[in-house]
Amino acid sequence: MELFVQQVIAGISTGSIYACVALAVVMIYVAIGHLNFAQGEMAMFSTFIAWQLITWGVPYWVAFFLTIAISFVGGVIIERVIFKPLDNAPILSHVVMFIALLTIITSAAGFIWDFSIKTFPSPFGSAPLFGSSLISAHQAGMMAVTLLLLLALFFFFRYTRVGLALRASADNPVSARLVGIRVSWMIALGWGLATAIGAVAGMLVAPVVFLEPNMMLGILVYGFAGAVLGGLSSPGGAVLGGFLVGVIENLAGTFIPVIGGELKLTIALCIIVLVLVLKPGGLFGRATIQRV
Amino acid sequence: MTKLLEVKGLHAGYGQTKVLHGIDFSIEQGSVTTLLGANGAGKTTTLRALCGMIRRSGDVLLNGEQINRKQTEDIVRVGVAHVPDGRGTFTRQTVEENLQLGAMTRGDKAAIAQDMELVFSYFPILKERRTQQAGLLSGGEQQMLAVGRALMLRPKLMLLDEPSFGLAPMITREIFEIFRELNRKEKVSMLVVEQNAQIALDLADQAYLLETGRIVFSGRADDIRDDENLRKAYLGY
Ligand SMILES: Nc1ncnc2c1ncn2[C@@H]1O[C@H](COP(=O)(O)OP(=O)(O)OP(=O)(O)O)[C@@H](O)[C@H]1O
Ligand SMILES: [Mg+2]
Repeated sequence: MELFVQQVIAGISTGSIYACVALAVVMIYVAIGHLNFAQGEMAMFSTFIAWQLITWGVPYWVAFFLTIAISFVGGVIIERVIFKPLDNAPILSHVVMFIALLTIITSAAGFIWDFSIKTFPSPFGSAPLFGSSLISAHQAGMMAVTLLLLLALFFFFRYTRVGLALRASADNPVSARLVGIRVSWMIALGWGLATAIGAVAGMLVAPVVFLEPNMMLGILVYGFAGAVLGGLSSPGGAVLGGFLVGVIENLAGTFIPVIGGELKLTIALCIIVLVLVLKPGGLFGRATIQRV
Repeated sequence: MTKLLEVKGLHAGYGQTKVLHGIDFSIEQGSVTTLLGANGAGKTTTLRALCGMIRRSGDVLLNGEQINRKQTEDIVRVGVAHVPDGRGTFTRQTVEENLQLGAMTRGDKAAIAQDMELVFSYFPILKERRTQQAGLLSGGEQQMLAVGRALMLRPKLMLLDEPSFGLAPMITREIFEIFRELNRKEKVSMLVVEQNAQIALDLADQAYLLETGRIVFSGRADDIRDDENLRKAYLGY
């Protein structure tokens, strides 16, 4: 029983990483209606920027927020320069572009910062929280940041005009233009926000997994799994989904002997497939009941 | 009377297909004008061209100011509200949010809240359903919502694309009665595109008949309504 509780708590704390990535996934999904396969690599690149700033002697929190701002602008620029021209192109062109972007970013990071593994500081420290061995200060901090982020997003979407405009653009772009919303800028804004959230996720993950160009490779899959499980259009669902994926992964790895440590990633993929087959809207995705 | 909208030599189409072959018409300040024609005549295309949703050439003047080079988002900002073909509901947002979206280009919060009440006074059912997901409204309710959304702009000109489409005759009459009231009380000028010529002619001051992208008749709505030969020739009733 103690092992069980321990594994659940460990699952929740890794889950907060997935939750954070899942939030970024949901953000981009709301803005562009599909996924960005390069999202993990973009987050990794942001994290390198933060690492560089910190290495140059910039205080952690200054670097943290500066990185978020840089990532936001970078996301907007990527949309404007690369994806805007593809506006009316079929989805396959986008997928090809995502893969190109992914490869370019990974090589660029490798070229600039080389492929050696780097340590990334945690602002919360790695000491056990309140002297208990169940959860470290960094893990607790990670959860807190994820929940704060969720809260901020919730308010943004629910109570601001820009948030409403963003939702409306995704819902019905033609009508959105007819009420005067500059839809193409809303898409750019979505990219900016998703990239900024991705940067937060990257900076939180890096102290745990170490920083290197392939850092986000597996984690993005977990993030997708969390987002799909929670419902791609629901930020709250995505966070819960992320936590759930963390817990399921840990429990399965501990209690189902064949799975062990190596097959954990398979679990994420299984979750994605199962959810898409059984409940495509996810657990908390708003059931968009539509008249036809 | 002064002209609110003046259209000269408007051409438009989709890709290679030309649909409008240089049409001229105008809308007087404070009036209701109707554009009638058979399926495929180019009525919807005309409204889309006015709003810059498709490529077009020719002159479009609103209060004497050229708007034919403006983008859709900016045409909204000079006071043209389009109730599109198919109603354009934001299906995943609530009724109230749909209305707020109509006022997206305005900044005056207090006045927006007032106009929301005004819309509710014309369409009480929308008030009852204000927190409901808009995609769940019935066809007639969605049409009311579309009109309400357009009103939230406080438009100078409202473009209505087949507001009677898919509605029961009684609801259609009700909605057209509201259009009349909006025109008189709120001083909204309107361009109404309709299949249902009879009800549109009852409402309108001025009428144009469109046939395969050309205007073939223009005149006072009363004249067409009272002239059986004209009606038989162009409207088939
Ligand atoms: N998106 C489009 N792409 C290509 N052609 C189109 C498009 N929309 C309309 N057309 C063509 O343009 C012509 C005029 O269509 P339009 O929709 O303007 O007719 P309408 O007068 O509104 O007819 P209805 O009463 O059926 O709504 C038709 O021949 C139609 O096939
Ligand atoms: Mg039409």
